[in-house]
Amino acid sequence: MDEALKTELGRQGIFVTTLEELYNWGRRSSLWPMQFGLACCAIEMIATTMARYDLARFGGEVFRPSPRQADLMIVSGTVTKKMAPAVVRLYNQMAEPRYVIAMGACAISGGPFKQGYNVLKGIDRYIPVDVCIPGCPPRPEALIHAFMTLQKKIDGQPLTGEGRPRHLDAGARGEFPVPVYGEHDLEPASNPGVWSAPKVKR
Amino acid sequence: MAGGGGRIFSPPPPSKLVRCVWRILFSKMASNPYFSLTVLFVAAVAFVLAPLALARAWAKVFSPAKPNAVKNAIYECGLVSKGDAWMQFHSGYYLYAIIFLVFDVESVFLLPFAVAFSGLGAAACAAMLVFVLLLVEGLAWAWAKGVLTWG
Repeated sequence: MDEALKTELGRQGIFVTTLEELYNWGRRSSLWPMQFGLACCAIEMIATTMARYDLARFGGEVFRPSPRQADLMIVSGTVTKKMAPAVVRLYNQMAEPRYVIAMGACAISGGPFKQGYNVLKGIDRYIPVDVCIPGCPPRPEALIHAFMTLQKKIDGQPLTGEGRPRHLDAGARGEFPVPVYGEHDLEPASNPGVWSAPKVKR
Repeated sequence: MAGGGGRIFSPPPPSKLVRCVWRILFSKMASNPYFSLTVLFVAAVAFVLAPLALARAWAKVFSPAKPNAVKNAIYECGLVSKGDAWMQFHSGYYLYAIIFLVFDVESVFLLPFAVAFSGLGAAACAAMLVFVLLLVEGLAWAWAKGVLTWG
């Protein structure tokens, strides 16, 4: 529908919308994060939920302890290789639609501890990440900006057709294999369906 | 306008059977004292069933179920869980059930009896006395077992 016509009708007190817009509005306005803090970024996440930078205004009111009740997993902090299977298993146990925000440098790519023997260099090696927040740690305002970016992304997801999100597509994969904490490294080292090593041109 | 100008279109008259049924069901519709209650009951049932039906229709059309082994596994903070999540309650909790019966359920039944007491005969009083005595037996037993003391 034409935007000008919409605003004109709105001025007269008639509200016009589509099913897709309504569905996406409902989903983005009540994104429930999961209680999932790993390290220092978790402190900033907690600060974002408290009084000064209130995340509840954006719908992230209740941080659910159970993955079954959550829509959003904010991976905040360094993901060690010991913790990685638990992270992937929790992501699998979340009900669709589910989103991931990689908060901080460690969750994006290993961060300042990248050379550590037990540090997973980015959680996007195993699970699909929707929004990344650079920073060490990112300020609460940055987390709020990431939240709003995710909301914009959800707003743009169509209900039918090619670009529809994973949870509306019966054929799209829903299970991401959980790595095993092996003797020397995680097995497999990454999920090829989700992440591939960047090719270095020398 | 085509098709007989000026003639008002009216629906064909309902059959005799339909008119009979309508009359039986709704002859004293508005004046019946329970009419509003029926309307509210139908609305309540619809209020429950409509969202369930809508959710089912939505799931069928747009959002298919996608279960898999890991998703349906028992939640244990990201660890692999051994065994079932259904555990048996300890049998020692039966004491709490008895105390609850005596103090809570009995008082709930005594309240309407107390309100309607003056209008009831002796037989009702005797029946209520039997009920109270049964529960007093439970109370006496719990007392003797020492459940009612702290510590």
